This record gives sequence, C-alpha cells and structure tokens, in this order.
Amino acid sequence: MFVLALMLLFVLFGPSIAKWSNEEIDWAALGDIQHLGVPSVESGHYFGTDELGRDLYARTIQATGTSLLVGLIGAAMALLVGTTWGVIAGFVGGRVDNLMMRIVDVLLAIPNVLVIILILVVVGRSFIALFIALGAVSWLSMARIVRAQTLTLKNREFIEAARAGGVSEIMIIWRHILPNLMGVVIVYASLLVPEMIFAESFISFLGLGISEPYTSLGALIAEGARTMGYGTLWQIAFPLFFYVTIIITMFYIGDGLRDALDPKDR
Amino acid sequence: MFAYTIKRLLIAVPTILMLVVACFFLMHAAPGGPFTSERPLPPAVLANIEARYGLDQPLWKQLWDYLTNIVLYFDFGPSFKFKDRDVNDVIAQGFPISLTYGFLSFLVATIVGLSLGIAAAIRHNTWIDYLAVGLGIAAQALPNFVMGPILILVFTLWLGWLPGGGWNGGQWPYLIMPVIALSTSYMGSIARLTRSSMLEVLNSNFIRTARAKGLSDRSIIWRHALKPTLMPVVTYLGPVFVYVLTGSVFVDIYFSTGGLGQAYVGSALSRDYAILLGVTILYGALTVAVSLIIDLAYAWLDPKIRY
Amino acid sequence: MSLLSVKHLSVTFDTPDGDVNAVESISFDVLPGECLGIVGESGSGKSQTFMAAMGLLTGNGHASGSVQLNGREILNLPAKQLNLIRGDDIGMIFQDPLTALTPHLKIGQQMAEVLNVHRHMTGAQAQALCLNWLERVRIPDAKSRLTQYPHELSGGMRQRVMIAMAMLCEPKLLIADEPTTALDVTVQADVLDLIAALQQEQNMAVVLITHDMGVVARMCDRVQVMRNGAFVESGLVEDIFANPGHDYTKRLLDAMPRIDTDSSRVLDANANVILDAIDVKVHFPINISGGLFGRKIPLRAVDGVSFKLHEGETLGIVGESGCGKSTLARSVLRLIEPTDGVVSWLGTDLTALDKRTMIQARKDLQIVFQDPFASLDPRMTIADSIAEPLRTFRSDMSNRERRDAVKDMMQHVGLEPTMINRYPHELSGGQNQRVGIARAMINRPKLIICDEAVSALDVSIQAQIIALLKELQAEFGTALLFISHDLSVVREISDRIMVVYLGRVVELAEAGELCTSPKHPYTQALISAVPIPDPIVERSRKRIKLTGDLASPLDPTAALRFLPSKLAAGELDYNPKLLETTPGHFVAEHD
Repeated sequence: MFVLALMLLFVLFGPSIAKWSNEEIDWAALGDIQHLGVPSVESGHYFGTDELGRDLYARTIQATGTSLLVGLIGAAMALLVGTTWGVIAGFVGGRVDNLMMRIVDVLLAIPNVLVIILILVVVGRSFIALFIALGAVSWLSMARIVRAQTLTLKNREFIEAARAGGVSEIMIIWRHILPNLMGVVIVYASLLVPEMIFAESFISFLGLGISEPYTSLGALIAEGARTMGYGTLWQIAFPLFFYVTIIITMFYIGDGLRDALDPKDR
Repeated sequence: MFAYTIKRLLIAVPTILMLVVACFFLMHAAPGGPFTSERPLPPAVLANIEARYGLDQPLWKQLWDYLTNIVLYFDFGPSFKFKDRDVNDVIAQGFPISLTYGFLSFLVATIVGLSLGIAAAIRHNTWIDYLAVGLGIAAQALPNFVMGPILILVFTLWLGWLPGGGWNGGQWPYLIMPVIALSTSYMGSIARLTRSSMLEVLNSNFIRTARAKGLSDRSIIWRHALKPTLMPVVTYLGPVFVYVLTGSVFVDIYFSTGGLGQAYVGSALSRDYAILLGVTILYGALTVAVSLIIDLAYAWLDPKIRY
Repeated sequence: MSLLSVKHLSVTFDTPDGDVNAVESISFDVLPGECLGIVGESGSGKSQTFMAAMGLLTGNGHASGSVQLNGREILNLPAKQLNLIRGDDIGMIFQDPLTALTPHLKIGQQMAEVLNVHRHMTGAQAQALCLNWLERVRIPDAKSRLTQYPHELSGGMRQRVMIAMAMLCEPKLLIADEPTTALDVTVQADVLDLIAALQQEQNMAVVLITHDMGVVARMCDRVQVMRNGAFVESGLVEDIFANPGHDYTKRLLDAMPRIDTDSSRVLDANANVILDAIDVKVHFPINISGGLFGRKIPLRAVDGVSFKLHEGETLGIVGESGCGKSTLARSVLRLIEPTDGVVSWLGTDLTALDKRTMIQARKDLQIVFQDPFASLDPRMTIADSIAEPLRTFRSDMSNRERRDAVKDMMQHVGLEPTMINRYPHELSGGQNQRVGIARAMINRPKLIICDEAVSALDVSIQAQIIALLKELQAEFGTALLFISHDLSVVREISDRIMVVYLGRVVELAEAGELCTSPKHPYTQALISAVPIPDPIVERSRKRIKLTGDLASPLDPTAALRFLPSKLAAGELDYNPKLLETTPGHFVAEHD
C-alpha cells in the first residue's frame, strides 16, 4: 500500500522536479547517448536519456501514469459491467442465465490479448480505443465469478429469511446480495489491475499499443530491450524496476484484501 | 464418460462457429480495407482486386463462403498481402514452432510449479516453504517480456552461453530461453496455488482419518492428498494455456523463432485481415479444445462428477 | 490394570490471540472391555483430549502430561512409532462420515490400506478380510460396496464403513468421536447397537465421545462429564444419572428433553382454524443421467399432505432427513412454489395470490431457520436484521420508533439492547438464534414456522430457546409449526405431532397419545429409536426395527413400503389413505 502511494506521488509530483519534459530532445546528448545520456543529477537526466535523447525520467513518469490508469480503468469497467451482468444472470437464472453466460463463454474463448489487439487494429490505436479494448475483455471473468457467487448467495437462508420478511426481489439484490458480493468483487478487481497492466504493457511491447508521443512501461521496456546491446542498460533498468514494483505491490494488496475480507465466520 | 465427451463436443462446435462469425463481422466493420494504402489505387484496379478476393460480394455471401471453406476444406482463404501465400501456408509454417516451445513451457510451468508448491506445503513453515513462497511471488511478477530481455542480457550478452535468437530446427540451446521466459510467471502462480490448495487438503477430515489409520506420511500425501490438491490447479491450467499462447506471440518476435506470432503481429500492423482472422480463430479453437480436455481431466480427479 | 492411562494431560493451541488452553491437566483410565463415555458440550475439549493422545492435533496444538497404552508411554511419540499403534491397537471413528473418508478412493482401497500397513496383507487376501468385516457391520450388498466411492453410499452406510475400517486389525480400544451425531435417529440406533455388539464380541474397550446424555445412558458403563477442558464429575452411569453430584451435570440432565415425560397443556377446544393445508404437493424435476441428454423424473418431496392448524396451537412435524418436512414448511410460505394443492390462510388461498398481495400476507407468516449464522445477513447489524420486516410492513414508522421497537423486542427475546450494533459473527449461536426469533416476532405474526430451529444448538441453549418460544407463544398467542428430526424436542413443545415419511403423513395425533401409543409401524420404530437419558429405563426398552435402508423418494412405489399387500396385488398407483382411528388420531393405512 505504501509503495503504491509512493508510485502515485511519483506520478503526480515527479514532473515538478524534472528538468526536461518528456518530448524535449537533448540535442547535446543525442550525439553520444552512451556517455552523455548516462543517468546523472548534473545533466538533469536523473534516469538518463533514451536513444533519441529524450529524458527517461520524464518518460518513466508518464509511462507509470499510463499503466496505473490502464489498470484502474480495466478494473472499474469490470466492477461496473461485470458485476451487473453477473448478478442479473445469477439471480434471474434459467434461460436468461444460459444466454448471458454463453455470450461470456464465446468471448472468453479468444485469448484476452488477441481480442485487445483485434479491437485496436479495427478501431485504430488511440487512448480511447485502448480503454475500450481493455474494458471489453476485463469484465468477462468478473461476470463469471460474480454469477457463481450470486448463485450460492441466492440459496443461503438469510435470503429466504428476507423473502419471508416480505422484502421485494429488487431490494433483496440491493440490500443483501450486493453488499455480500462486495468482498469478492473488490479482491478480484484488485487482482485485475496487474493483469490489465500486464496486457497493456505486453501489447505496447509488441508495438501495437498506444503510439507516440504517449508511452507506457511496456513500450519503454521494449525500447530498452532493443538498445541494451549498446550498453545503455539504464534504459531498460528503470522502466523494468517500476513495472515489477507495481505488479508485486498489486499482488500484495490483492492478497491482503482477500485475507482481510475473507469472512472466517462464514 | 464417453457420452459426456460427445456432449461437450456438441457444445464446443457452436461456440467455435459463433466465434468465427463474431470475428468476421468485427473485421469487416473496420474502417479502411487492406488495400487502402498511402498511394490510392485506381478504382478499376481496386475493383479488380476486390473481385479476386470476393470482397465485392454481399457480406453474408462472403461469410458463407468463408465458413464453408473452413468447414469443408479447412481453408482459411488467401492472404491479402502476400500474393503467393494463403493463410494455411502461414499457419503451417509458424504453428509447429510456436506449438513446440509453447507445449514445453506449459509442461515446465506445470511440473516445476507443482513440485515447488507441494514441497512448500509439506514443509509448511520451514525455510523451504518461505523460499518457495518468495520464489513464487517473484516469478509471478516477471512476465515473458520482462524475462526475455533479462535472459538475453545475462546469458547472451554477459555470459555468451546461449544464442540470442533464431530457431535452427528447434535445437535445445535455441529452446532454453524462450521456454524459461514463457514459463516463469505461470510457474510462480501454479506454485502458490498448489501450496494453498494442498495446505487446505492436509487440514481436512479425511487426512485425519488416514493418519488415524496409521498410514505413513508418504502414502498420505501421494495417495490421499494429491488428487484433491490438483483439482483447483487443473482448473487454472486453462488460463495458463491461454497465457502461454499469447505469450508465444512475444517470444516469436523477441527471439525471432519464426513462429506464428511474427506473422500475427505483422498482419496486425499491415491490416492483413485474412491472416489475423485465421490465427485468431485457430487460437480460439485451441482454447476451446483445451478447456474440454481440462474438464475431462477434472472428471478423472473427482469421482463425484459422473455424466 | 488399565488399558489406557491418562495422567495430567494438557492441550494448548497457539492462536493469533495468544495461547488457548483446550484441556487442562486431566487424568482418567480406560479399563479393558469397558465403555467409557466422555460427555460435554461443544468446546469442552472432549475431542481434543483424544486427538492429543493419538498425536492428531493440528500444527498449532501442543500436548503435555502422560498417556500410557498398556503401560507404554505414547504421548508425543514420533509419527513413525505412533503409526504402528494407530489403526492397529487403537481404532478411531469420527463424526462426519462424508468428509472423513477420502473422496477419490474406493471403499475397498481405503480399507485394504490398513491391512497393508499393519498386517502386510495385500491383494485377494486383504479384499477377503475387508469383505468379511463389511458383512459383519451388516452393510447390505457388501461385495459391490468394495468398488464404490464414499459419495455413493448413504450416511449410515458410510459410518458402518468407518467402523469396519477401524475394526480391521481388531483393536483393543475403539475411540468413537460423536459417531452418530450426523445421523438420523433410527440409523443412530442401528449404529450404536452395532458398536455395542462388536464391543461384546471382541471384548474391546470403547471410548464414546458425545454431547447426548441419551446415547450415554444407552451405551456406557462409566461416564466422565467434561466442561471447559476439565472433568467436573465422573462415576458409574447409573449413579451419575440417579444422583448427579455437580450442578453442571444436573443442568445438563434437566436440559435434555425426554420423550417419556408429559408437558402438554390444555388448549381452547373451540379455537379457530387459521391454516388449512389440503393435499399439498411439491415435485422437483430431477435430472437422471444416462443416454446423451438424460431425462427428467419428478422427485416427490411432498406428496399430498393435508393438515389443519388452530389459533395459538403448536403442531410438531417430525421426520428423518429427506422426508420433505422443510420443503413442506417452505411451500406453505410459498418460498418454494407448491406444485399442487391449496394452502388456505384465514380463509384465503395463499397459492392463488399474486406477488404483491402475497408480500402483504407475509406479515402474519414468519419463519425461523435451523442455522442461526446462515440465516442472518453477515453484513448487517443484528438490529438491521430484526428491523427488516418493520421496514417492509410499517413504513409509517420513523427511524426512532423502529429503533425503540427493535430494542423492546430484543429485551423480549433475552438480548441486551446494548448489543444493537453487533454483527452476527460477534455473537454465539444461541444469541443469533434469539435474533432470528426476534426478527420473526417483531410484527407479532399469527404463525411462526420453526424449521429445525434448535437442532444446531447445544443442549442447554436448546432448552433455553424452547422455553423462550413457549413464553412468547403464551404472551402473543402465536401459532407454531415446529419442525424437527428430534422427537423428544418436538414432544416437549408441541400440542399435536405429525409424523412425515417420504413426503407423506403417516400419523397425526395429540402429542402425548402419539408418543405413548403409536399406531403406525414407522412411528413405533422412530419412538423406540429415540434414546432416553436414563440408563435403567433405556436399557429395559425394546427396540422395534425397520428392515433395510430408507427408501428413495424417487422410487414410485415408496409410498407402499408399509402396505406390501397392495404392492403384491400389483396396485402400484395405490395411495395409502389417512384414517381416523380414534377421535383426533389419524393413521396411514398399513399392513
């Protein structure tokens, strides 16, 4: 949690101590990246420069921001669409359930990343398209989980008790099902965040993600990986460090939430 | 069991058909066809080309032709970009390569992950356990595109032990890094899942009974605890397979293996819909097939599932 | 010379909240061939005592003291040496026979394992001995059971398998931990008889761990009463039951409802009928595997049940698990839609009401469930749960008034009003059941259905809840439908009792009359199977046994089980009629 907060602070306030903007090219360093582009405080390139002489510090900030945003949007879409879809399918049951779940099954049959690539190819590579694409796949497994959970909740005695108490079906969903789903949903959403970040980074690495001047950690790692043969190791080290830190942090948060919300008392 | 297999196959077929139709329409909804390039073609030429690929036909006719070709001849049609190759050629060339190391990675991830998880659970709260858990978490945070550069850096650039890419007929030095890069992350998650699953099983009543019968620890773990432990792990193997499949796209490109992923990304960049569609459908069908196998494996593990 | 000698045994568990002492320095002996009862309520440490002795504590448990088997110290031996004793000199059986058997191994495999380890017997020889024991525990069709999986057997059969498995090496001591708690009364009686017979035959010592004084009275020679990890009293069974020395033992004995005591009250003979169920049926379509698509046949959970309930009266409904009694209760409230029949409430047919009017009708019809934890929303405070019916039916009330009403009701059911903001997991089972009752009572309904409302509770709590229900009934004049598998409890609270078997009524009569002079063979078997917490009375009783296992409700001829003459005559569709033999005493036709 603490690490995540640091990351957020880095994204929000990091730019104020940067000496270079992310698009500006340091022409002086461009000639000899290997020596002049090395990370140093004096030159103002805290993380060094990339092969075009752009400041890596500024670009890492931007990329980290992108990645976090992507994770959040993916999780938020899953939260909204997935939960609604799953609750309706699970609670109504019967044919509606069958139809809704068959749709999910078909969409899940294609690997996530391929769907995202497909959508990006069709719609064009832009920020909006990326979010649409991520949203389009992230809710699927959430819908499944929520449906399964709703099915077990639906048969619990306290739902029957509420029904016996004259509570209407809609109020039962609102007052009893949703609050009891929240634990699972939140845990799962927090596990979705790293998955979304991974998907986006993966696509960016392949060069199919968002295009310049925007960047993301995946794209930076790709650039770094391409140039590490020239000895400019910092170009891969910094983005890699940020990526791994974010992912591990999110895992820990997800696990922590699961332990905290796991109702030992049933 | 046999009836169940048939039943599942009957469900799988319409799923794949729906998949084909959905992908097909998505492709055709895209603005700009494969032949809209920077230099506009004369209308007559364009019409000519479109006629050759059947693009002037009504959409439903195109879909029908596409479907019948796949079903009857297993033919995904010609490529839009390479005049002399059709989609089948592309797949035939790249798929065996992707399949080889994909399958190996899947095996490595499963076997190493399972052993690590079981070892950790058996030696719960000892240094082996802590080490395995630490390794598991670290491995999980290292996806293929992170592992790839690290491996190349260490083994190719620094140590110079292994070739940095290529296929070379699948000789083992060329296989090692792709397989490790692809399997590390899932090995980590399988290890963690196995560990928690086995710990839960070891706490259950029937293990207590087995101990009360005076059975040795070894027989308790292998005869009584292993199968129930595997159940959640087997369900997770479906997603792992999908991840390996997509991860292979990265490996193909980064290690220049000449696998299907290269063609796939190339066609995505150049909007060669025929290849894109063909590969997506192939991967979709594979996923459906694997989930079928996993369901059958599950039935073998749990005698309560009788069909 | 004692067989098992326990001295100053203590068990502690490391928990996140610090060390918990489950057992504190207890000592006792088990003599060869005797049956020792260990009695106590949940959490008294009675099971952990023996888990510790056998080295079966969970990872965070530690035992100290001394346990000697035939003079040899066995406490905290390494697993290798303990394994030579477990399953050989000492056999164990556990409470829940479903989870206690490995689900993916066949019965024969699980049994043969024991012989393999202790007798180095394998193959046909081992199989033959397993079969021999399965026959000795009287499992029908024993040979085919060897190749079946645990889930394919009924609960009673699974427990027999457990016993057979424990007996394979003819142990000198059998530890039975709540062996019959999860079973129906008739099955329980069979299993207890089996254990007693084996004890005689093998001259084996038995330690019987139980919460049920009735079981102790039937089985044991000596008894140790346990509470909070220590013994409060011990002695011969006859002495303890006749003159309990310790207060706790006395309370435990008083709390036990007895089927042979009369607690009836005089009712207003002219009370109005408020609920009239006529020929209620609930059938569920069940998928049967086979063929490519399977087929559906109806499961007749409730198959033509009729009864009347008067104002302020308590009608007990008794039956074994799977007889459809809970389904019947839910179909009366339309929580499950009845397939056929009429439920007439104050003259209106509930089954004909639309959704909205049905909701209005629910104001007077409430239900209390079996599991107090499962029936309360874990994310709601208990006050919110209690107030829920008020929010639906008394929307005119302000939040303040509602809160006051809840506090008032909490006092009525014996809950401190200061607990108003607690969550279910912060309360005990008994307290939660009071919350459930408060929720049902808050609108002063005319009818409350109690579906196994006290079955999940310890005996002393059970007695308190029954007393509470009686009090509330006297105060508010509510009618009760009291559903339970436990005939002693039902007798304690009911005015009339209805016995249900496979979805049908077999006997309906005034409570005292039904228990003292049952007419139907099923009722007779049921009553004779209920243990009475009095060793002298209990051992002089004669058991009436039904042959065979419970028939399946899927079997279309199940209704004719007690009417084989019709079955023989080929009238498979015949419906046994309910005949009024004496005024108010209805009995189903039987041979």
